[in-house]
Amino acid sequence: MELIKVSNIIKTYHLGNSDVQVLKGVSLSIMPGEMVTLMGASGSGKTTLMNILGCLDRPTSGEYLFDGQEISRMSVNQRAAVRNRKIGFVFQNFNLLARTSALENVLLPTTYAEDGLSARQHRQRAMELLDQVGLGDRMDHEPSQLSGGQQQRVAIARSLVNNPRLLLADEPTGNLDSHTSEEVLRMFQKLNAEKDITILLVTHDATVAGHSRRVIRISDGLIADGGAQSQIAAVAAGPAANDVKR
Amino acid sequence: MLKITTTLKTALRALRRNPLRSALTTLGIIIGIAAVIAMVQIGEGSSAAIKQTIANMGANELLIFPGQAVSAGVSFGGGSSVTLTSADAAAIARDCPSISAAAPSVNARMQVVRGGMNWVPQFLIGTTPAYLKIRDWPLAEGRAFGNDDVDGANEVCILGQTDVKELFPSGKPLGKTILVNNVPLRVIGVLTKKGANMMGMDQDDIIIMPWTTMKYRVSGSALQNQNQSTAAASSTFSTGQLYPETSQNLYPVPSATEQQDLPQPVSFPNVNAILVSVPSSSQIPQAITEITALLRQRHHLQPGTPSDFNIRNMTEISNALGHTSQLMTNLLTGVALISLMVGGVGIMNIMLVSVTERTREIGLRMAIGARPADILSQFILEAIVLCLFGGALGILFGQALSMAVKSLLHWPIQMSAPAMVASVAVSVVVGLVFGYYPAWKASRLDPIEALRYE
Repeated sequence: MELIKVSNIIKTYHLGNSDVQVLKGVSLSIMPGEMVTLMGASGSGKTTLMNILGCLDRPTSGEYLFDGQEISRMSVNQRAAVRNRKIGFVFQNFNLLARTSALENVLLPTTYAEDGLSARQHRQRAMELLDQVGLGDRMDHEPSQLSGGQQQRVAIARSLVNNPRLLLADEPTGNLDSHTSEEVLRMFQKLNAEKDITILLVTHDATVAGHSRRVIRISDGLIADGGAQSQIAAVAAGPAANDVKR
Repeated sequence: MLKITTTLKTALRALRRNPLRSALTTLGIIIGIAAVIAMVQIGEGSSAAIKQTIANMGANELLIFPGQAVSAGVSFGGGSSVTLTSADAAAIARDCPSISAAAPSVNARMQVVRGGMNWVPQFLIGTTPAYLKIRDWPLAEGRAFGNDDVDGANEVCILGQTDVKELFPSGKPLGKTILVNNVPLRVIGVLTKKGANMMGMDQDDIIIMPWTTMKYRVSGSALQNQNQSTAAASSTFSTGQLYPETSQNLYPVPSATEQQDLPQPVSFPNVNAILVSVPSSSQIPQAITEITALLRQRHHLQPGTPSDFNIRNMTEISNALGHTSQLMTNLLTGVALISLMVGGVGIMNIMLVSVTERTREIGLRMAIGARPADILSQFILEAIVLCLFGGALGILFGQALSMAVKSLLHWPIQMSAPAMVASVAVSVVVGLVFGYYPAWKASRLDPIEALRYE
């Protein structure tokens, strides 16, 4: 069964007296264990779609099934619970809490988890994750004492602490140099391959897209390419195909 | 909702991340609470001092007088019946829980002689040692008479300042003897100066002795107001014989048989009044109820019959006392509320700034699963923690401030535990009220907008 199944989503914003339709009937599906890139120029509706997929926003109309649950009719609190337990977020600007240790930052989502695990179990898991992202020796460092790449790795550890089904990364390399970007993207690939975590990268950068097996392109509020699963093979043919948009 | 401890931990961590801002926010509450504590303690000290002053004037005293005697429809006026005894006073002191002391009083007005000086004191009182306690009247020198002096009707007395001045122009009255109605009394103590009372009577014009001495040795009557030399002369030199026409018998003289058939009561231990002191003016009504019930029982009065005694209190003075402390309390409450308001607005102001500054953090928390209610309770708890912390520090500073005032300005200070408890409670309420709006604003943020906030 699909992890994400979106059918005919429309999102309309009211700006003053005029209605702006940002998404004009988007349909796509993502299977568990996939690593997908969502690509699109600014203004294409990419961010809006990402917010809906991340359960931060609701579509004006259409259906969104996430892990078998209908999201578009959920209350604010239900969506908060879904985000907490099933989705891990990685942001372009890391969004770590300042003056807070790496370990505390990783533990942040467990504050809202109510998963019945003890504080010690949470701590144990957070330390393991920091170890996995290669920061086992910097757990007590604050964000200001870490490099950009290290900060983003803390953010990745944070996104994984509640064992999510989906990892949603919004321009995860936007603030990193090419070398660190490569490291971070490798980490995503490794997580996808080894832990079988579904990963959705949102970017306008073709080199980032090149690291995933499937690319969904959005243009002018519509899926231009790669929305259906049958297209995986075509998209995965080679990184060269990904440069078209640029 | 999350567990309160989890949210509290989150709030504490958030406050620790910005210690300077937390400290500045708290400062408003610290100053507010410190001002309240200092105000209340100084105010209560002054209030207690005022109360003490007014209580010295007799606000907490009750006077019990015997009722009127009526013979053939003719009233003899209040205090004319012979019903109150010193045993009544002892019973009141023993059995009424709302009173602190009771003393009988036997009054007379007669001449006092000392060597070549003579004087008629305003107050010539026979009583028990409790009298000085009730009047809150310390001795300047010497000692007070004790219960053994009362039991033995010893010939001792205590002088007021005016009488010392009138009878002992040279001072040093202690151990000397004065004559009251030809009874020699040894002066064992001198009272401190008290001045005039509310009616303008000189309270220092007083001689106090055991009531038994007064009753059985000096005089049995309260109404004796005659020239003492005449009275003394009549027994020794018998002026009646010199001027026979001055002592005419208006009524037939009873014969020996008649006197035997209708004996006059001799030395009935009645007293002219009983003085009672009550710990505080608010207990006066309760004390009156208790005394009335006790005396009616002791005097064997049937329900429905009028009481054979009257209880008087100083309503005017008590009311003045009540109004003074009420005014004081209102004033302090007003000042307290204003300073706490200012502190509260400070909290709200900084919490609003904090919410704006931490928009991204709020967005992140919401994105990773915080519900609006979690954000709301986190920010309210932050405000409450700040206020509680400020309240605790404020109490310390306020305490220090009032101590400083006490030692530097010598103002009376009274520690006030209720003020401390109340100010902590109030600071929590301030945190709740003034923290709610910023917290509500934070919880209403859209996570998408908040995450993009620069």
